[in-house]
Amino acid sequence: MTHAVREALAAIRRAPLLTALSAAMVALALFVVGLFALVAHNLQVALDQVEERVEVVAYLRDDTRSVELEIAEEEMRSLPEVEDVRYVSKEEALLLAQEQLADFQDLFAGLEVNPLPASLEIALAPGSRDPETVSRISQHVSVYPFVEDVRYGEEWVDRVYLLQRISGITAGVLGTGFGAVAALIIATAIRIAIFARREEIYVMRLVGASNGFIRRPFLLEGIFTGLVGGLLAAGLSYASYLAVGHLLFPVEWLPGPWVAGGILAGAAFGLVSSALAVRRYLQEV
Amino acid sequence: MIKLTDVTKEYPRHGAALKEVSFHVAKGEFVFLTGHSGSGKSTTLRLVHMADRPTHGEVRVSGFSSALTSAREVWKLRRRAGMVFQDFRLLPGRTALENVAFALEVTGTPRGQLHHRAQRLLAQVGLSAKLSSLPTELSGGEQQRVAIARALATEPLVLLADEPSGNLDERAARGILELFRELNASGMSVLMATHDLDLIRAFPAVRVLELDEGRLVYDSRENGA
Ligand SMILES: Nc1ncnc2c1ncn2[C@@H]1O[C@H](COP(=O)(O)OP(=O)(O)OP(=O)(O)O)[C@@H](O)[C@H]1O
Ligand SMILES: [Mg+2]
Repeated sequence: MTHAVREALAAIRRAPLLTALSAAMVALALFVVGLFALVAHNLQVALDQVEERVEVVAYLRDDTRSVELEIAEEEMRSLPEVEDVRYVSKEEALLLAQEQLADFQDLFAGLEVNPLPASLEIALAPGSRDPETVSRISQHVSVYPFVEDVRYGEEWVDRVYLLQRISGITAGVLGTGFGAVAALIIATAIRIAIFARREEIYVMRLVGASNGFIRRPFLLEGIFTGLVGGLLAAGLSYASYLAVGHLLFPVEWLPGPWVAGGILAGAAFGLVSSALAVRRYLQEV
Repeated sequence: MIKLTDVTKEYPRHGAALKEVSFHVAKGEFVFLTGHSGSGKSTTLRLVHMADRPTHGEVRVSGFSSALTSAREVWKLRRRAGMVFQDFRLLPGRTALENVAFALEVTGTPRGQLHHRAQRLLAQVGLSAKLSSLPTELSGGEQQRVAIARALATEPLVLLADEPSGNLDERAARGILELFRELNASGMSVLMATHDLDLIRAFPAVRVLELDEGRLVYDSRENGA
Protein backbone atom coordinates (compact mmCIF):
# COMPACT_ATOMS: atom_id res chain seq x y z
CA MET A 1 0.00 0.00 0.00
CA THR A 2 2.79 2.42 0.82
CA HIS A 3 4.17 1.80 -2.65
CA ALA A 4 0.85 2.77 -4.20
CA VAL A 5 0.66 5.97 -2.12
CA ARG A 6 4.20 6.95 -3.02
CA GLU A 7 3.60 6.27 -6.70
CA ALA A 8 0.32 8.20 -6.70
CA LEU A 9 1.99 11.20 -5.04
CA ALA A 10 4.86 10.99 -7.53
CA ALA A 11 2.37 11.01 -10.41
CA ILE A 12 0.61 14.05 -8.96
CA ARG A 13 3.93 15.83 -8.47
CA ARG A 14 4.92 15.01 -12.03
CA ALA A 15 1.80 16.66 -13.44
CA PRO A 16 0.50 19.05 -10.77
CA LEU A 17 -1.27 21.29 -13.25
CA LEU A 18 -3.26 18.44 -14.73
CA THR A 19 -4.17 17.17 -11.27
CA ALA A 20 -5.30 20.68 -10.30
CA LEU A 21 -7.33 20.97 -13.49
CA SER A 22 -8.97 17.58 -12.87
CA ALA A 23 -9.81 18.51 -9.29
CA ALA A 24 -11.14 21.90 -10.41
CA MET A 25 -13.45 20.27 -12.94
CA VAL A 26 -14.75 17.80 -10.37
CA ALA A 27 -15.22 20.76 -8.03
CA LEU A 28 -17.12 22.70 -10.68
CA ALA A 29 -19.43 19.78 -11.39
CA LEU A 30 -20.14 19.20 -7.72
CA PHE A 31 -20.40 22.94 -7.01
CA VAL A 32 -23.22 23.24 -9.52
CA VAL A 33 -24.94 20.33 -7.84
CA GLY A 34 -24.21 21.89 -4.44
CA LEU A 35 -25.72 25.25 -5.42
CA PHE A 36 -28.88 23.67 -6.67
CA ALA A 37 -29.00 21.40 -3.66
CA LEU A 38 -28.90 24.58 -1.58
CA VAL A 39 -31.80 26.02 -3.56
CA ALA A 40 -33.77 22.79 -3.47
CA HIS A 41 -33.16 22.33 0.23
CA ASN A 42 -34.31 25.84 1.11
CA LEU A 43 -37.36 25.56 -1.11
CA GLN A 44 -38.14 22.33 0.69
CA VAL A 45 -37.79 24.02 4.05
CA ALA A 46 -40.16 26.76 2.89
CA LEU A 47 -42.56 24.22 1.46
CA ASP A 48 -42.58 22.19 4.66
CA GLN A 49 -43.56 25.30 6.60
CA VAL A 50 -46.25 26.18 4.11
CA GLU A 51 -47.50 22.66 3.81
CA GLU A 52 -48.38 22.45 7.46
CA ARG A 53 -50.89 25.21 6.77
CA VAL A 54 -52.11 23.88 3.46
CA GLU A 55 -55.85 23.68 3.67
CA VAL A 56 -58.77 23.86 1.34
CA VAL A 57 -61.37 26.46 2.23
CA ALA A 58 -64.90 26.02 0.87
CA TYR A 59 -67.06 29.16 1.08
CA LEU A 60 -70.70 28.38 1.59
CA ARG A 61 -73.83 29.96 0.26
CA ASP A 62 -75.86 31.80 2.88
CA ASP A 63 -78.86 29.56 2.33
CA THR A 64 -77.02 26.32 3.12
CA ARG A 65 -79.10 24.00 5.25
CA SER A 66 -77.40 22.53 8.29
CA VAL A 67 -78.54 18.96 7.48
CA GLU A 68 -76.86 19.07 4.09
CA LEU A 69 -73.78 20.53 5.73
CA GLU A 70 -73.54 17.80 8.33
CA ILE A 71 -73.76 15.07 5.73
CA ALA A 72 -71.08 16.77 3.59
CA GLU A 73 -68.81 17.24 6.58
CA GLU A 74 -69.19 13.57 7.43
CA GLU A 75 -68.35 12.54 3.87
CA MET A 76 -65.24 14.71 3.79
CA ARG A 77 -64.01 13.43 7.10
CA SER A 78 -64.20 9.88 5.75
CA LEU A 79 -61.70 10.70 2.98
CA PRO A 80 -58.21 9.42 3.88
CA GLU A 81 -56.61 12.64 2.59
CA VAL A 82 -58.61 14.78 4.99
CA GLU A 83 -57.28 15.26 8.47
CA ASP A 84 -59.95 17.55 9.88
CA VAL A 85 -62.93 19.63 8.82
CA ARG A 86 -63.86 22.71 10.74
CA TYR A 87 -66.98 24.78 10.27
CA VAL A 88 -66.53 28.54 10.51
CA SER A 89 -69.79 30.41 10.80
CA LYS A 90 -70.43 33.89 9.41
CA GLU A 91 -70.10 35.36 12.90
CA GLU A 92 -66.81 33.64 13.58
CA ALA A 93 -65.51 34.82 10.22
CA LEU A 94 -66.37 38.39 11.05
CA LEU A 95 -64.79 38.17 14.48
CA LEU A 96 -61.68 36.69 12.99
CA ALA A 97 -61.51 39.40 10.36
CA GLN A 98 -61.93 42.11 12.98
CA GLU A 99 -59.14 40.57 15.01
CA GLN A 100 -56.76 40.20 12.13
CA LEU A 101 -57.54 43.54 10.58
CA ALA A 102 -57.67 45.62 13.77
CA ASP A 103 -56.64 48.73 11.85
CA PHE A 104 -59.87 48.64 9.92
CA GLN A 105 -62.01 48.43 13.04
CA ASP A 106 -64.11 51.40 11.93
CA LEU A 107 -64.96 49.75 8.68
CA PHE A 108 -66.46 46.73 10.43
CA ALA A 109 -68.24 48.82 13.07
CA GLY A 110 -70.40 50.53 10.47
CA LEU A 111 -71.65 47.29 8.91
CA GLU A 112 -75.30 46.39 9.13
CA VAL A 113 -75.13 43.04 7.40
CA ASN A 114 -72.31 40.57 7.71
CA PRO A 115 -70.76 40.34 4.23
CA LEU A 116 -68.52 37.36 5.06
CA PRO A 117 -69.61 33.85 4.09
CA ALA A 118 -69.52 30.83 6.35
CA SER A 119 -66.90 28.30 5.35
CA LEU A 120 -65.54 24.81 5.82
CA GLU A 121 -61.79 24.67 6.54
CA ILE A 122 -60.55 21.32 5.35
CA ALA A 123 -57.12 20.42 6.77
CA LEU A 124 -55.25 17.78 4.79
CA ALA A 125 -53.38 14.82 6.24
CA PRO A 126 -49.56 14.83 6.08
CA GLY A 127 -48.51 13.28 2.79
CA SER A 128 -51.60 14.63 1.04
CA ARG A 129 -50.45 18.22 0.83
CA ASP A 130 -48.95 18.12 -2.64
CA PRO A 131 -50.52 20.19 -5.42
CA GLU A 132 -52.23 17.23 -7.12
CA THR A 133 -54.04 16.03 -4.01
CA VAL A 134 -54.95 19.57 -2.98
CA SER A 135 -56.53 20.33 -6.31
CA ARG A 136 -58.30 16.97 -6.43
CA ILE A 137 -59.86 17.55 -3.01
CA SER A 138 -60.86 21.09 -4.02
CA GLN A 139 -62.58 19.79 -7.09
CA HIS A 140 -64.33 17.17 -5.03
CA VAL A 141 -65.58 19.81 -2.59
CA SER A 142 -66.70 22.26 -5.28
CA VAL A 143 -69.25 19.73 -6.52
CA TYR A 144 -71.54 20.29 -3.52
CA PRO A 145 -74.35 22.60 -4.64
CA PHE A 146 -74.09 24.81 -1.55
CA VAL A 147 -70.41 25.53 -2.09
CA GLU A 148 -69.97 28.97 -3.56
CA ASP A 149 -66.24 28.93 -4.11
CA VAL A 150 -63.13 26.91 -3.19
CA ARG A 151 -59.76 28.41 -2.41
CA TYR A 152 -56.32 27.09 -1.64
CA GLY A 153 -52.83 28.51 -2.13
CA GLU A 154 -52.84 26.97 -5.60
CA GLU A 155 -50.80 29.46 -7.56
CA TRP A 156 -47.80 29.62 -5.36
CA VAL A 157 -47.83 26.06 -4.06
CA ASP A 158 -47.65 25.08 -7.72
CA ARG A 159 -44.93 27.59 -8.34
CA VAL A 160 -42.71 26.42 -5.50
CA TYR A 161 -43.05 22.85 -6.63
CA LEU A 162 -42.23 23.85 -10.17
CA LEU A 163 -39.16 25.81 -9.02
CA GLN A 164 -37.98 22.81 -7.09
CA ARG A 165 -38.35 20.56 -10.09
CA ILE A 166 -36.64 23.02 -12.43
CA SER A 167 -33.71 23.43 -10.08
CA GLY A 168 -33.39 19.68 -9.76
CA ILE A 169 -33.35 19.18 -13.52
CA THR A 170 -30.94 22.06 -14.11
CA ALA A 171 -28.60 20.67 -11.47
CA GLY A 172 -28.80 17.23 -13.08
CA VAL A 173 -28.05 18.51 -16.59
CA LEU A 174 -25.26 20.93 -15.67
CA GLY A 175 -23.74 18.53 -13.14
CA THR A 176 -23.69 15.74 -15.70
CA GLY A 177 -22.10 18.01 -18.29
CA PHE A 178 -19.33 19.19 -16.02
CA GLY A 179 -18.99 15.65 -14.68
CA ALA A 180 -18.39 14.32 -18.18
CA VAL A 181 -15.69 16.92 -18.78
CA ALA A 182 -14.16 16.08 -15.40
CA ALA A 183 -14.12 12.37 -16.26
CA LEU A 184 -12.35 13.09 -19.54
CA ILE A 185 -9.70 15.20 -17.85
CA ILE A 186 -9.14 12.59 -15.16
CA ALA A 187 -8.82 9.93 -17.84
CA THR A 188 -6.24 12.07 -19.63
CA ALA A 189 -4.29 12.55 -16.42
CA ILE A 190 -4.34 8.80 -15.78
CA ARG A 191 -3.29 8.09 -19.33
CA ILE A 192 -0.34 10.43 -19.03
CA ALA A 193 0.60 8.85 -15.71
CA ILE A 194 0.42 5.38 -17.27
CA PHE A 195 2.57 6.36 -20.24
CA ALA A 196 5.12 8.05 -18.02
CA ARG A 197 5.34 4.74 -16.16
CA ARG A 198 5.15 2.36 -19.10
CA GLU A 199 8.66 0.94 -18.69
CA GLU A 200 8.02 0.25 -15.01
CA ILE A 201 4.65 -1.28 -15.81
CA TYR A 202 6.27 -3.53 -18.39
CA VAL A 203 8.82 -4.75 -15.86
CA MET A 204 6.15 -5.16 -13.19
CA ARG A 205 4.23 -7.47 -15.48
CA LEU A 206 7.39 -9.26 -16.49
CA VAL A 207 8.41 -10.11 -12.94
CA GLY A 208 4.90 -10.92 -11.73
CA ALA A 209 3.43 -7.91 -9.93
CA SER A 210 -0.30 -8.49 -9.43
CA ASN A 211 -2.79 -6.55 -11.53
CA GLY A 212 -4.16 -4.89 -8.43
CA PHE A 213 -0.70 -3.77 -7.45
CA ILE A 214 -0.13 -2.21 -10.87
CA ARG A 215 -3.51 -0.46 -10.85
CA ARG A 216 -3.59 0.81 -7.30
CA PRO A 217 -1.46 3.95 -7.71
CA PHE A 218 -3.63 5.16 -10.58
CA LEU A 219 -6.85 4.47 -8.71
CA LEU A 220 -5.48 6.30 -5.69
CA GLU A 221 -4.61 9.24 -7.89
CA GLY A 222 -8.23 9.31 -9.10
CA ILE A 223 -9.65 9.06 -5.59
CA PHE A 224 -7.36 11.84 -4.41
CA THR A 225 -8.33 14.11 -7.31
CA GLY A 226 -12.03 13.47 -6.73
CA LEU A 227 -11.73 14.01 -2.99
CA VAL A 228 -9.97 17.35 -3.45
CA GLY A 229 -12.66 18.31 -5.98
CA GLY A 230 -15.40 17.33 -3.53
CA LEU A 231 -13.86 19.33 -0.68
CA LEU A 232 -13.38 22.31 -2.97
CA ALA A 233 -17.02 22.10 -4.07
CA ALA A 234 -18.19 21.92 -0.45
CA GLY A 235 -16.08 25.02 0.34
CA LEU A 236 -17.46 26.93 -2.65
CA SER A 237 -21.03 25.98 -1.78
CA TYR A 238 -20.51 27.11 1.81
CA ALA A 239 -19.08 30.43 0.61
CA SER A 240 -22.14 30.90 -1.60
CA TYR A 241 -24.39 30.11 1.33
CA LEU A 242 -22.63 32.73 3.45
CA ALA A 243 -22.79 35.28 0.63
CA VAL A 244 -26.50 34.78 0.05
CA GLY A 245 -27.19 34.99 3.79
CA HIS A 246 -25.15 38.19 3.99
CA LEU A 247 -26.34 39.97 0.90
CA LEU A 248 -29.84 38.71 0.15
CA PHE A 249 -31.85 36.83 2.74
CA PRO A 250 -31.23 34.22 5.42
CA VAL A 251 -31.06 30.66 4.13
CA GLU A 252 -30.37 27.30 5.66
CA TRP A 253 -27.11 25.39 5.15
CA LEU A 254 -27.33 21.88 3.74
CA PRO A 255 -27.83 18.90 6.06
CA GLY A 256 -24.54 17.26 7.12
CA PRO A 257 -25.16 13.95 5.36
CA TRP A 258 -25.72 15.77 2.06
CA VAL A 259 -22.35 17.52 2.37
CA ALA A 260 -20.56 14.32 3.38
CA GLY A 261 -22.34 12.49 0.58
CA GLY A 262 -21.24 15.12 -1.94
CA ILE A 263 -17.59 14.89 -0.91
CA LEU A 264 -17.70 11.10 -0.99
CA ALA A 265 -19.41 11.27 -4.38
CA GLY A 266 -16.39 13.27 -5.59
CA ALA A 267 -14.01 10.57 -4.37
CA ALA A 268 -16.17 7.81 -5.86
CA PHE A 269 -16.36 9.72 -9.11
CA GLY A 270 -12.57 10.03 -9.22
CA LEU A 271 -12.23 6.32 -8.51
CA VAL A 272 -14.65 5.28 -11.23
CA SER A 273 -13.17 7.68 -13.81
CA SER A 274 -9.64 6.45 -13.17
CA ALA A 275 -10.74 2.80 -13.07
CA LEU A 276 -12.28 3.18 -16.53
CA ALA A 277 -9.16 4.95 -17.80
CA VAL A 278 -6.88 2.28 -16.29
CA ARG A 279 -8.93 -0.48 -17.90
CA ARG A 280 -8.67 1.21 -21.20
CA TYR A 281 -5.10 2.49 -21.25
CA LEU A 282 -3.22 -0.15 -19.29
CA GLN A 283 -3.68 -2.54 -22.20
CA GLU A 284 -1.85 -0.13 -24.48
CA VAL A 285 1.47 -0.35 -22.68
CA MET B 1 7.39 -28.50 -14.79
CA ILE B 2 6.83 -27.34 -18.38
CA LYS B 3 4.60 -29.41 -20.62
CA LEU B 4 3.47 -28.56 -24.14
CA THR B 5 0.81 -30.79 -25.66
CA ASP B 6 0.13 -30.49 -29.40
CA VAL B 7 0.69 -26.78 -29.30
CA THR B 8 -0.10 -24.83 -32.44
CA LYS B 9 0.28 -21.06 -32.54
CA GLU B 10 -1.14 -19.15 -35.47
CA TYR B 11 -0.68 -15.45 -36.01
CA PRO B 12 -3.27 -13.63 -38.06
CA ARG B 13 -1.90 -12.85 -41.55
CA HIS B 14 1.20 -14.93 -40.89
CA GLY B 15 0.09 -18.52 -40.44
CA ALA B 16 1.38 -21.05 -37.94
CA ALA B 17 4.52 -20.09 -36.01
CA LEU B 18 4.32 -23.39 -34.09
CA LYS B 19 2.80 -26.62 -35.36
CA GLU B 20 1.70 -29.36 -32.99
CA VAL B 21 4.69 -29.05 -30.71
CA SER B 22 4.84 -31.37 -27.70
CA PHE B 23 7.62 -31.69 -25.15
CA HIS B 24 8.13 -31.95 -21.44
CA VAL B 25 10.78 -30.30 -19.31
CA ALA B 26 11.13 -32.00 -15.94
CA LYS B 27 11.82 -30.30 -12.64
CA GLY B 28 15.50 -29.44 -12.39
CA GLU B 29 16.18 -30.03 -16.08
CA PHE B 30 18.34 -27.80 -18.31
CA VAL B 31 17.18 -27.52 -21.93
CA PHE B 32 18.48 -25.63 -24.94
CA LEU B 33 15.82 -24.63 -27.46
CA THR B 34 17.45 -24.14 -30.84
CA GLY B 35 16.59 -23.65 -34.49
CA HIS B 36 16.97 -21.19 -37.32
CA SER B 37 15.79 -17.65 -37.12
CA GLY B 38 11.98 -17.62 -37.34
CA SER B 39 11.67 -21.27 -36.31
CA GLY B 40 9.51 -20.38 -33.29
CA LYS B 41 11.87 -20.23 -30.28
CA SER B 42 10.68 -16.88 -28.96
CA THR B 43 7.09 -17.85 -29.65
CA THR B 44 7.56 -20.97 -27.52
CA LEU B 45 9.02 -18.98 -24.63
CA ARG B 46 6.25 -16.40 -24.86
CA LEU B 47 3.68 -19.16 -24.61
CA VAL B 48 5.46 -20.67 -21.60
CA HIS B 49 5.53 -17.23 -19.94
CA MET B 50 1.87 -16.82 -20.96
CA ALA B 51 2.51 -13.52 -22.68
CA ASP B 52 0.57 -15.21 -25.46
CA ARG B 53 -1.79 -18.20 -25.66
CA PRO B 54 -1.69 -21.20 -28.01
CA THR B 55 -4.25 -21.40 -30.81
CA HIS B 56 -4.60 -25.14 -30.22
CA GLY B 57 -3.18 -27.46 -27.60
CA GLU B 58 -2.18 -26.77 -24.04
CA VAL B 59 0.79 -25.28 -22.25
CA ARG B 60 1.23 -26.26 -18.62
CA VAL B 61 3.77 -24.55 -16.42
CA SER B 62 4.16 -25.42 -12.76
CA GLY B 63 0.49 -26.31 -12.39
CA PHE B 64 -0.81 -23.39 -14.49
CA SER B 65 -2.64 -24.40 -17.64
CA SER B 66 -2.89 -22.03 -20.61
CA ALA B 67 -6.51 -23.13 -20.94
CA LEU B 68 -7.49 -22.31 -17.38
CA THR B 69 -5.29 -19.43 -16.26
CA SER B 70 -7.09 -16.11 -16.70
CA ALA B 71 -5.25 -12.97 -17.71
CA ARG B 72 -5.62 -11.61 -14.20
CA GLU B 73 -3.89 -14.66 -12.73
CA VAL B 74 -0.90 -14.77 -15.04
CA TRP B 75 1.17 -12.85 -12.53
CA LYS B 76 1.09 -15.85 -10.22
CA LEU B 77 2.71 -17.97 -12.91
CA ARG B 78 5.28 -15.25 -13.65
CA ARG B 79 6.51 -15.45 -10.08
CA ARG B 80 7.34 -19.10 -10.63
CA ALA B 81 8.82 -18.66 -14.08
CA GLY B 82 11.42 -15.89 -14.39
CA MET B 83 12.19 -14.51 -17.85
CA VAL B 84 15.43 -13.06 -19.24
CA PHE B 85 15.77 -11.39 -22.64
CA GLN B 86 18.62 -10.81 -25.01
CA ASP B 87 18.13 -7.06 -24.69
CA PHE B 88 17.94 -7.13 -20.86
CA ARG B 89 15.05 -4.63 -20.54
CA LEU B 90 16.42 -2.93 -17.45
CA LEU B 91 15.02 0.37 -16.21
CA PRO B 92 17.55 2.89 -17.56
CA GLY B 93 17.30 5.47 -14.79
CA ARG B 94 18.00 3.02 -12.00
CA THR B 95 21.16 1.44 -10.69
CA ALA B 96 21.77 -2.30 -10.73
CA LEU B 97 20.68 -2.49 -7.11
CA GLU B 98 17.56 -0.39 -7.71
CA ASN B 99 16.55 -2.47 -10.72
CA VAL B 100 16.61 -5.63 -8.65
CA ALA B 101 15.02 -3.92 -5.63
CA PHE B 102 12.21 -2.68 -7.88
CA ALA B 103 11.33 -6.23 -8.91
CA LEU B 104 11.43 -7.31 -5.27
CA GLU B 105 9.24 -4.42 -4.18
CA VAL B 106 6.53 -4.83 -6.79
CA THR B 107 6.24 -8.52 -5.99
CA GLY B 108 5.63 -7.89 -2.32
CA THR B 109 8.96 -7.84 -0.51
CA PRO B 110 8.74 -5.69 2.65
CA ARG B 111 10.58 -2.39 2.26
CA GLY B 112 12.96 -3.11 5.09
CA GLN B 113 14.34 -6.17 3.31
CA LEU B 114 14.70 -4.73 -0.19
CA HIS B 115 18.27 -3.50 0.03
CA HIS B 116 19.59 -6.60 1.73
CA ARG B 117 17.87 -9.05 -0.60
CA ALA B 118 18.76 -7.15 -3.77
CA GLN B 119 22.39 -7.17 -2.62
CA ARG B 120 22.25 -10.91 -2.08
CA LEU B 121 20.74 -11.56 -5.52
CA LEU B 122 23.41 -9.45 -7.21
CA ALA B 123 26.07 -11.31 -5.22
CA GLN B 124 24.58 -14.56 -6.51
CA VAL B 125 25.12 -13.45 -10.12
CA GLY B 126 28.62 -12.21 -9.28
CA LEU B 127 27.95 -8.49 -9.49
CA SER B 128 28.60 -7.28 -5.94
CA ALA B 129 31.11 -4.71 -7.15
CA LYS B 130 28.67 -2.84 -9.41
CA LEU B 131 25.65 -2.28 -7.19
CA SER B 132 25.38 1.45 -7.83
CA SER B 133 26.16 1.43 -11.55
CA LEU B 134 23.50 2.50 -14.02
CA PRO B 135 22.77 0.11 -16.92
CA THR B 136 24.66 2.42 -19.31
CA GLU B 137 27.74 2.08 -17.10
CA LEU B 138 27.66 -1.73 -17.32
CA SER B 139 28.93 -4.10 -20.03
CA GLY B 140 26.46 -6.29 -21.89
CA GLY B 141 27.40 -9.32 -19.81
CA GLU B 142 26.98 -7.31 -16.61
CA GLN B 143 23.60 -5.99 -17.68
CA GLN B 144 22.56 -9.54 -18.47
CA ARG B 145 23.52 -10.54 -14.93
CA VAL B 146 21.38 -7.73 -13.50
CA ALA B 147 18.48 -8.97 -15.63
CA ILE B 148 19.05 -12.50 -14.30
CA ALA B 149 19.21 -11.28 -10.70
CA ARG B 150 15.93 -9.49 -11.33
CA ALA B 151 14.35 -12.65 -12.76
CA LEU B 152 15.43 -14.49 -9.61
CA ALA B 153 13.68 -11.98 -7.33
CA THR B 154 10.60 -14.15 -6.89
CA GLU B 155 12.65 -17.33 -6.34
CA PRO B 156 11.24 -18.94 -9.48
CA LEU B 157 11.21 -22.68 -10.12
CA VAL B 158 11.90 -22.12 -13.81
CA LEU B 159 14.23 -19.72 -15.57
CA LEU B 160 13.28 -18.86 -19.16
CA ALA B 161 15.91 -17.14 -21.28
CA ASP B 162 15.50 -15.86 -24.83
CA GLU B 163 18.95 -15.63 -26.46
CA PRO B 164 20.53 -14.35 -23.25
CA SER B 165 23.98 -14.65 -24.79
CA GLY B 166 23.04 -13.21 -28.17
CA ASN B 167 24.79 -9.86 -27.80
CA LEU B 168 27.73 -11.09 -25.77
CA ASP B 169 31.19 -12.16 -26.82
CA GLU B 170 32.14 -15.78 -26.35
CA ARG B 171 33.68 -15.37 -22.92
CA ALA B 172 30.78 -13.39 -21.54
CA ALA B 173 28.33 -15.88 -23.06
CA ARG B 174 30.13 -18.77 -21.38
CA GLY B 175 30.03 -16.84 -18.11
CA ILE B 176 26.26 -16.49 -18.32
CA LEU B 177 25.94 -20.18 -19.17
CA GLU B 178 28.08 -21.13 -16.15
CA LEU B 179 25.77 -19.03 -14.02
CA PHE B 180 22.73 -20.86 -15.43
CA ARG B 181 24.42 -24.17 -14.73
CA GLU B 182 24.94 -23.13 -11.10
CA LEU B 183 21.32 -22.08 -10.73
CA ASN B 184 20.26 -25.33 -12.38
CA ALA B 185 22.48 -27.27 -9.98
CA SER B 186 20.54 -25.73 -7.10
CA GLY B 187 17.33 -27.25 -8.52
CA MET B 188 15.99 -24.64 -10.92
CA SER B 189 14.71 -25.75 -14.33
CA VAL B 190 16.18 -23.76 -17.22
CA LEU B 191 14.74 -23.36 -20.71
CA MET B 192 17.03 -21.31 -22.88
CA ALA B 193 16.54 -20.33 -26.51
CA THR B 194 19.74 -19.96 -28.52
CA HIS B 195 20.95 -20.41 -32.05
CA ASP B 196 24.60 -20.43 -30.95
CA LEU B 197 25.73 -23.93 -31.92
CA ASP B 198 29.22 -23.44 -30.46
CA LEU B 199 27.66 -22.72 -27.11
CA ILE B 200 25.49 -25.82 -27.36
CA ARG B 201 28.53 -27.94 -28.22
CA ALA B 202 30.41 -26.51 -25.27
CA PHE B 203 27.78 -27.93 -22.91
CA PRO B 204 27.20 -31.45 -24.20
CA ALA B 205 25.38 -32.59 -21.08
CA VAL B 206 22.50 -30.19 -21.73
CA ARG B 207 19.39 -31.52 -23.47
CA VAL B 208 18.68 -29.93 -26.86
CA LEU B 209 15.31 -29.35 -28.54
CA GLU B 210 15.37 -28.17 -32.12
CA LEU B 211 12.59 -26.36 -33.95
CA ASP B 212 12.33 -26.04 -37.70
CA GLU B 213 9.61 -23.88 -39.21
CA GLY B 214 7.47 -24.33 -36.16
CA ARG B 215 7.89 -28.10 -35.81
CA LEU B 216 9.88 -29.89 -33.16
CA VAL B 217 12.37 -31.87 -35.26
CA TYR B 218 14.94 -33.02 -32.73
CA ASP B 219 15.10 -33.94 -29.06
CA SER B 220 18.57 -35.02 -27.91
CA ARG B 221 17.12 -37.08 -25.11
CA GLU B 222 14.96 -39.19 -27.40
CA ASN B 223 17.81 -39.58 -29.85
CA GLY B 224 19.99 -41.07 -27.14
CA ALA B 225 22.49 -38.23 -26.86
N1 LIG C 1 3.32 -11.07 -33.10
C1 LIG C 1 3.52 -11.75 -34.25
N2 LIG C 1 2.69 -11.56 -35.30
C2 LIG C 1 2.86 -12.24 -36.45
N3 LIG C 1 3.82 -13.12 -36.64
C3 LIG C 1 4.71 -13.36 -35.66
C4 LIG C 1 4.59 -12.68 -34.41
N4 LIG C 1 5.60 -13.11 -33.61
C5 LIG C 1 6.30 -14.00 -34.33
N5 LIG C 1 5.78 -14.14 -35.55
C6 LIG C 1 6.28 -15.04 -36.61
O1 LIG C 1 6.39 -16.33 -36.08
C7 LIG C 1 7.55 -16.97 -36.54
C8 LIG C 1 8.39 -17.43 -35.37
O2 LIG C 1 8.92 -16.29 -34.71
P1 LIG C 1 9.84 -16.39 -33.44
O3 LIG C 1 10.11 -15.01 -32.96
O4 LIG C 1 9.28 -17.35 -32.48
O5 LIG C 1 11.18 -16.99 -34.08
P2 LIG C 1 12.59 -17.25 -33.36
O6 LIG C 1 12.88 -18.70 -33.48
O7 LIG C 1 12.61 -16.67 -32.02
O8 LIG C 1 13.56 -16.42 -34.31
P3 LIG C 1 14.88 -15.62 -33.94
O9 LIG C 1 15.97 -16.64 -33.82
O10 LIG C 1 15.12 -14.73 -35.13
O11 LIG C 1 14.64 -14.89 -32.68
C9 LIG C 1 8.29 -15.97 -37.39
O12 LIG C 1 8.08 -16.30 -38.76
C10 LIG C 1 7.63 -14.63 -37.08
O13 LIG C 1 7.56 -13.82 -38.22
MG1 LIG D 1 13.59 -15.07 -31.10
